[in-house]
Amino acid sequence: MAPKAVSLPQTAKPRSSKPPIRHLWVHVVLIIAIIVIASPLVFALIKATQSSDQVIGPSLLPGTQFFHNLASVWGDAHLGRFMFNSFVVTICVTVGKTILSLLAALAFVYFRFPLKSVAFALVLFTLMLPTELLIVALFDLVSGTLKWSDSYAAIIVPFLASATGTFLFRQHFMNIPLSLADAARIDGCGPMTFLSKILIPMSWNTIGALAVIQFVGAWDQYLWPLVIMQSDDKQVVQVGLRRLIDVGGQTDWGAVMAGALITLVPPLLVFTLLQEQFSKGFALGQDK
Amino acid sequence: MSLTSKRRVPKAGKVSSAPEERATFRNPVLPWLFLLPTFIILAIFLYYPALRTLRLSLFRSNIILGNESFVGLAQFAELLSSPVYHQVILQTLIYCALVIFLGLFSAMGLAWLASRPIAGAKFYRLMLIYPYALSPAIAGTIWLFLFNPEIGVVNSVLSSLVGVRPRWLDNPLLAFGLVVLAAVWKGLGYNVVFYLAALQNIPGEVSEAAAIDGASGWQSFWKVTFPLLSPMTFFLVFTNLVYALFDSFGLVDILTRGGPVYGQTGITTFLIYQLYEDGFRNFKTGVAATQAVLMLVMVGVITVMQFRYGNRRVHYGA
Repeated sequence: MAPKAVSLPQTAKPRSSKPPIRHLWVHVVLIIAIIVIASPLVFALIKATQSSDQVIGPSLLPGTQFFHNLASVWGDAHLGRFMFNSFVVTICVTVGKTILSLLAALAFVYFRFPLKSVAFALVLFTLMLPTELLIVALFDLVSGTLKWSDSYAAIIVPFLASATGTFLFRQHFMNIPLSLADAARIDGCGPMTFLSKILIPMSWNTIGALAVIQFVGAWDQYLWPLVIMQSDDKQVVQVGLRRLIDVGGQTDWGAVMAGALITLVPPLLVFTLLQEQFSKGFALGQDK
Repeated sequence: MSLTSKRRVPKAGKVSSAPEERATFRNPVLPWLFLLPTFIILAIFLYYPALRTLRLSLFRSNIILGNESFVGLAQFAELLSSPVYHQVILQTLIYCALVIFLGLFSAMGLAWLASRPIAGAKFYRLMLIYPYALSPAIAGTIWLFLFNPEIGVVNSVLSSLVGVRPRWLDNPLLAFGLVVLAAVWKGLGYNVVFYLAALQNIPGEVSEAAAIDGASGWQSFWKVTFPLLSPMTFFLVFTNLVYALFDSFGLVDILTRGGPVYGQTGITTFLIYQLYEDGFRNFKTGVAATQAVLMLVMVGVITVMQFRYGNRRVHYGA
């Protein structure tokens, strides 16, 4: 005991005087890494501002044509339309998934009912069934049987259930003391009141973390919209990017870069706004 | 009154299996009502298509012609003996291994550096994780321009420095490397987020104790931090495997379209791209379904392994 108490202040001293030198290489490595990681985006940003003459040259000086480039993809190449579609789809999927997962987690954590293990296993099992693998049959169902091709329903409804969300909320609810639910019940709270008045206010970090994952996931959808949407009318912006490159033989790269950057803004915004909740939701979710 | 009767029942009720421990509300209908929307979606858009896919894999069919004939396991036999499919499997595995290894290695190192108590740590963390918001399609679009042989900035720099202008997307090896790097770049933010969360959970005393014992930064990383991160690494290996298997589609579709040709087929034609090509370009629905079944088996094995060998700290954050 005693030697430890003596040795602590001694080792603490060099630690506090050393860091500036010791940490220098950490800063250097991190700054280099950040530059490397950001460079493709910085490149895209610069090229997005250049005129069509500059953009095919090696110049990396910012130009003044950003809004001109943006206007040309926004209207002429339907980017505005694609963005709007992506917004509708992503918001519907994110909100829908959150609500459905909250309800499912509520059932799994706070109720006892027959066949619960079977129901749980059925949700668990869906983790093994990525939609990408089912596209052939799903295409048949959605376009053939349901006749949903070229409608928002085709890229919203199949994605409303979320095993990930159900498990994340379930895990979070299990960390909340059960006595709280008991107290609420004794006070005459029904399950829905309990969910809206107690569970949801206690779950903002988890909801935020999940919202980021689901927003980014839904916004980034590519394969399924590519397959199911035949016309540009309801197409999402990720597939729209491919259309921008395809236009004619001559790609207007300045405009395409402007398009790519605008496509990046919504998930980046959601991520930045919910970044705190996102990190906390996972740090907490990991506790147990 | 009602309190005692409600209390008594759950206590007396037999606690048979794990997920039933925490029940509080008692109502036989409500939980099913809460689960109903989830189950309806899962049944129609996941379970039913999965069964249809199984069935389709046994029929030779064409979605355009609308014909189908039962061929049993013939399509499985064809695929598993096809040199083209062998090459696709092999290059998918190499691609996955490279993406996982490079991605996790760099993310772990960077997260570890950014988690240290240095000035501006918060800024560094944010700058490392924002690429999470990138999509495979955006990554593909930007890289396509960066490495454009005539007007891409990479070749502008290379030709002025060393006088070469490689045709990045026409050379199999270069194109393959490019797709790997773009995928690692795109996935970095995600991996850093999870490593940062894991590092946050390691008590500060652990590395402090190592420092007191005279461990250098490097030693403390390899001997202390690295082993403590292994549950997270394990989890990330699986999520990255799934990411590499499926999210590679958007990237490949924009950047290389599965090419350039090397050996039997395009060198960046990975399993999911092959499935799409057969299903929606060549309209060989049956063969595409067979590939889907083979990949389902793969994903099933991966998931089971994750649950078997991942410990309790594994969470479902994918």
